[in-house]
Amino acid sequence: MTTTPSTPSVGRPLTRLEGEAKVTGLAPYAYEYALTDPLYLGPVLSTVARGRVSAVDTARAEELPGVRAVLTPANAERLADTEDREFAVLQSDEVSFRGQFVAAVVADTPETAREAAGLVDVAYETLAHDVTLTADHPRLYRPEEVNTGVEADTEQGDPDAALARAAVVVDRTYRTPMEHNNPMEPHTTVALWDEGGGRLTLYDSTQGAHPVRHTVAGVFGLDPERVRVVAPYVGGGFGSKGSAHAHNVLAAMAARAVPGRPVKFALTRQQMFSLVGYRTPTIQRLRLGADRDGRLDAVVHDVVEQTSKIKEFAEQSGVCTRMMYAAPHRRTTHRLAPLDAPIPFWMRAPGEAPGMYALESAMDELAHECGVDPVELRLRNEPPVDPSTGEPWSDRALVRCLREGAERFGWHGRDPAPGARREGDWLVGTGVASAMYPHMVNPGSVAEIRYGEDRRYHVGIGAADIGTGALTALTQIAADALGRPLSEVVVSIGDTDLPEASVAGGSSGTTSWGAALVAAARVFRAEHGEAPAPGASARGTAPEDTATPGYSQYSFGAHFVEARVHADTGEIRVPRMLGLFSVGRVVNPRTARSQFLGGMVMGLSMALYEQSVVDPAFGHVVNHDLAQYHVAVHADVSGLEADWLEGEDPHAGPLGSRGVGEIGIVGTAAAVANACHHATGVRVRNLPLTPDLFLR
Amino acid sequence: MDATITLRVDGEERRLTVDTRTTLLDALRDRLEATSPKKGCDHGQCGACTVLLDGRRILSCLALAVAHDGADVTTAAGLGSGDGAPGGELHPVARAFVDHDGFQCGYCTPGQVCSAVGMLREAEAGWPSHATADLDAPVSLDDEEIRERMSGNLCRCGAYTNIVAAIREAAR
Repeated sequence: MTTTPSTPSVGRPLTRLEGEAKVTGLAPYAYEYALTDPLYLGPVLSTVARGRVSAVDTARAEELPGVRAVLTPANAERLADTEDREFAVLQSDEVSFRGQFVAAVVADTPETAREAAGLVDVAYETLAHDVTLTADHPRLYRPEEVNTGVEADTEQGDPDAALARAAVVVDRTYRTPMEHNNPMEPHTTVALWDEGGGRLTLYDSTQGAHPVRHTVAGVFGLDPERVRVVAPYVGGGFGSKGSAHAHNVLAAMAARAVPGRPVKFALTRQQMFSLVGYRTPTIQRLRLGADRDGRLDAVVHDVVEQTSKIKEFAEQSGVCTRMMYAAPHRRTTHRLAPLDAPIPFWMRAPGEAPGMYALESAMDELAHECGVDPVELRLRNEPPVDPSTGEPWSDRALVRCLREGAERFGWHGRDPAPGARREGDWLVGTGVASAMYPHMVNPGSVAEIRYGEDRRYHVGIGAADIGTGALTALTQIAADALGRPLSEVVVSIGDTDLPEASVAGGSSGTTSWGAALVAAARVFRAEHGEAPAPGASARGTAPEDTATPGYSQYSFGAHFVEARVHADTGEIRVPRMLGLFSVGRVVNPRTARSQFLGGMVMGLSMALYEQSVVDPAFGHVVNHDLAQYHVAVHADVSGLEADWLEGEDPHAGPLGSRGVGEIGIVGTAAAVANACHHATGVRVRNLPLTPDLFLR
Repeated sequence: MDATITLRVDGEERRLTVDTRTTLLDALRDRLEATSPKKGCDHGQCGACTVLLDGRRILSCLALAVAHDGADVTTAAGLGSGDGAPGGELHPVARAFVDHDGFQCGYCTPGQVCSAVGMLREAEAGWPSHATADLDAPVSLDDEEIRERMSGNLCRCGAYTNIVAAIREAAR
């Protein structure tokens, strides 16, 4: 920090600065800017999963009063860069998945746009499609790398020999379904070209204004400076808004046909099931080889997932197993089946969320096999250094999370026998699972500080607040970096007119953007001193090496869950969940707690409800709305508690903080599944845990 | 086909011509620039569009504007302080949402707030819910009752625990 303030703001549980704007609904989201004479886009989506558009009859749509333009593969403009086929919108007649854009209408009203889209008659030449993931899919391949840029396969020692000689072997396959992010605000873009057609503005719902600018500028062959993206308020994302998607391109194409007029395009909830990413289904085989005391000698984690044929996304579900527990012999693999399916993408804790479900379920099975308490089993397999790199841990606090969490939850004295406790009609059990999330930092964010005539410091950075509390946390960080009270600091975010900022993803935002604020404050004080003149300004860039190299940096946590399963109906209730985490320094305890709780709720939802069901005959998600894609609601959540270990990570960067956005969902589903096994004696190895699976 | 209707939105009389297919939600958002109610699903499945229609909570995406000519619509922007005085202080329910961090992204929040205000009135009027044990006794708004009565309002950020705490405080 540049100056030590007398009363630090970091660490205070401030309420959100934008709170009043949000509770009144006056905070403007992407669709809600008061723009003059907007038009509305109605998209036409493919109704086959694979084939070619053989003819598009637009006559009936064009005859409808109020229709301004109809875009088809035949008349759409040719884009400058179509290498990334997600963005090659209307560039050919090829259909690569069901629910792909094949045409679009621009009209005066939303009603007319929707009606006209329905009047566009698209004929297809249909080809056989394949939308079903299987463990032995004939076209499985090993990707060059998996998400986050790490290798697809790793091997240490001789895991096969170790498994062959192990006293106890757990060899189980776990499955997780396709899941959809479903942020409450549908993905939305309002596109506006200026009259000359040289500048494009997108009011967008995104986790990264600058990343969207770069993608859209590249696709249209524009200098990035000619694309402005505005996104100060974002109605959730959980990863799906972590990059541009095809709808950004379609809206910009449509708006080019009507320069000077904004074109509003909000995807419907149904359209979000094919166009903005999803979590791949996973098939994960876990093999654990251990001695009779549960000490691991071998761990093998083989992952099979799907990707789209037009764009690869390889979820890193097996990567967690590389570092989680000690074992001399270890192998992890990832294989992908390329399907005629929409493009999978980030969903909260990609990799860790499904991967830790499988690993932590297998660890529970091993504890059961060995007759060792599941908490104790994990303590016995604690690695002194990162097994994947040999590097020392910066701040590995898993043992403390497990021990202190167990104490607070009342774990001790737990009868390990499954199916042994009944209260009325309810079978009662408890379960535990570890949580983990890597410390990610994105370099290169820039912040600007200007001292205003109003005697306040105006801080600008193009960061995104998707509900994380980033605006408030950054204001706290900036205040401390400048050594001034909060009342003298005003932070602006969510606009490419502000300095470049990295994406809100990988739980990296606060650390990555915060490092830029700290750098900018240093430059500002060096150039302008402690008593700047109004108008003084300075910029600073986050360093490449915000985190100290040579240390293995992860957040850890432990989930404890009580589950009740109805003996006659199989209904599952979760009356109590405790998550105890270690995330380094916490910038704002109020908003951090909310993120932990929110992650745990999404983990509970993953455990019990979430599942996108694909129709193999037609290739679409059948339950493509919120009545049928179930997420946890108020009535499902009670007795939820999240807390963390006080402290800071000296190697994590200038703030000593790691991220808090994702770890809450990691391991949660395993803890719920383990508790359900403890309650019933029934081991279910696929999500979601539906009542029928517990009826014997 | 168009129709001309009058709506009283957050205390202000608004006259407008709508396509008869226009929902109340779209009339508010697209025609009147009253964007406090949000569109999350457009099918009555998420609750983000909840407003108070003549004092009762409804899903404005499931209401046709033309069917509510002359209606009084209150959005979260128009709740005011709850004592009838417009503007100024936040409504106690909205204030409690801020204090308890009963939201994250904020997109479901205006609907949650309107729903909570409507729900508190329903409970006060003695309306039972699925969670009500004794149908003859006055409603006691414990956490289970609040959760049950608020379950039509989804929050994907998972702020439920804090929302219930906010409503519990506001209900006192």
